[in-house]
Amino acid sequence: MATITYRHPDGTTTVLDVPSGSNVMRGALANGVEGIEGECGGDGICATCHVYVEHCPIAFPPADENEDELLDCTASPRRDNSRLSCQLPITDELSTLVVLLPEKQV
Amino acid sequence: MAGTPIVIVGAGQGGMQVAASLREAGFDGPLTLVGAEPHPPYDRPPLSKRYLNGEADAAALALRTPEFYQTQNIDLRTGTRAVGIDRAHRVVVLDSGAALLYERLVLATGSIPRCLPVPGADHSDVLVLRTLAEARSLRDRLAEPRRVAVIGAGFTGLEVAAAARTAGHEVTVIEALDRVLARAVSAPVSRHVTRLHRGRGVSILFGRRVEAIEGDPDGPLRGVRLAGGENVPADLVVVGIGVLPDTALAESAGLAVADGVVVDEYLRTSDPAIHAIGDCALFPSPYAADPLRLESVQNAVDQAKCVAQYIAGDGLAAQPYRAVPWFWTDQYSDKIQIAGITTGHDRVEVLGEQEQGRFSVSCFRGDRLVGVESINRPAEHIKARRQLAATGDLAGAR
Repeated sequence: MATITYRHPDGTTTVLDVPSGSNVMRGALANGVEGIEGECGGDGICATCHVYVEHCPIAFPPADENEDELLDCTASPRRDNSRLSCQLPITDELSTLVVLLPEKQV
Repeated sequence: MAGTPIVIVGAGQGGMQVAASLREAGFDGPLTLVGAEPHPPYDRPPLSKRYLNGEADAAALALRTPEFYQTQNIDLRTGTRAVGIDRAHRVVVLDSGAALLYERLVLATGSIPRCLPVPGADHSDVLVLRTLAEARSLRDRLAEPRRVAVIGAGFTGLEVAAAARTAGHEVTVIEALDRVLARAVSAPVSRHVTRLHRGRGVSILFGRRVEAIEGDPDGPLRGVRLAGGENVPADLVVVGIGVLPDTALAESAGLAVADGVVVDEYLRTSDPAIHAIGDCALFPSPYAADPLRLESVQNAVDQAKCVAQYIAGDGLAAQPYRAVPWFWTDQYSDKIQIAGITTGHDRVEVLGEQEQGRFSVSCFRGDRLVGVESINRPAEHIKARRQLAATGDLAGAR
């Protein structure tokens, strides 16, 4: 399980405990966190679960070719710390995580 | 709007999204979500993908946590079916006998698999795939080696074929028409998908009509008998020959129904207090010349948001439904995405590397781009959606 802080663009935050086996996108959707759309349900094809990873104590699996291509067409600008949150798994090794949500997903 | 009760019939992706979006929009009145299936709303596309191949379990499919419905004060009633609407008194009657008053009602009843009208189709090893319970039956049966016959080379049938073949089962796909996905994609994409399956060892038979499913009614299946006497040996049959809109409730209530519950551009039925969304709704679209019905997550979710906005603003903030239709399917590791409505296109342009399996097909009707199919080119898909949203209005072509 990991404690994830979702920082909204307006400065507010949502803090959630998300179980291992889930991912950063699903954690947000399951709890109704606004700002992540996840239109494809986590299939890695829609680029509507874009986040900026601000603090992460472990290394996530690097973005594959597909994710890299999608990050080039997100609705908000891509930065060095841009990821698709459906590709960020929650594992037992991950204790805390802070992500900033972009201005828009669509 | 406080105190105005809203009832949503159908707790699939669309129904759930109406409830969630109403709360997001600040609606704080009574909100009831009625679902016939025993489970809280869940993600359906993985049933023929990640769930079937064992990557995802049932718990991972839940669209929202159980706490979500409590904290959002959504009265979720699962395992119960709406059996009647008394429009004069604005009451929905459930099979439990309960009666729910509504000010506005949303029908999100979805669709039901088309039955195969041949002898033997009622055998317990002849399955369809629509619900989690059906997916579980299929997954259980695939736990041991099977000879699987898939009837119908549509999206669901082919996804099942891919999952079963990947797990090592012997798979034959039987299709009545002369190519896979014939009603849904262009010929170049059909060819690509056929190559994918045959390359993995799936046998695909085209132009075949099923005459009967043969086997011992109380024992194992023997196979599928085709017109002309050909026999496909099988001990498990999966039927994927399309779905029909679930319009029974709407019909019994006297609402206008054709191939779906007829709605206007605000997704209102012939009774303006009742909306219909998702698979069951026949709606006018700027992207098609005639009213259409779409079976997709995108359509269910976007129509849900549109209706939630309408209801939350009591019709004053209403926007007509204009979302660009899009759809995807996974076939093995290939991702196939469709933007727009490509039905009835008369010309295609193929861009990219067809041989390498990374290409896009732009579909035109006359001079007008009506849709784009992308094979393993997700960025092209997103660009196409944006382009269609900006320029794809077909209303003038009517």
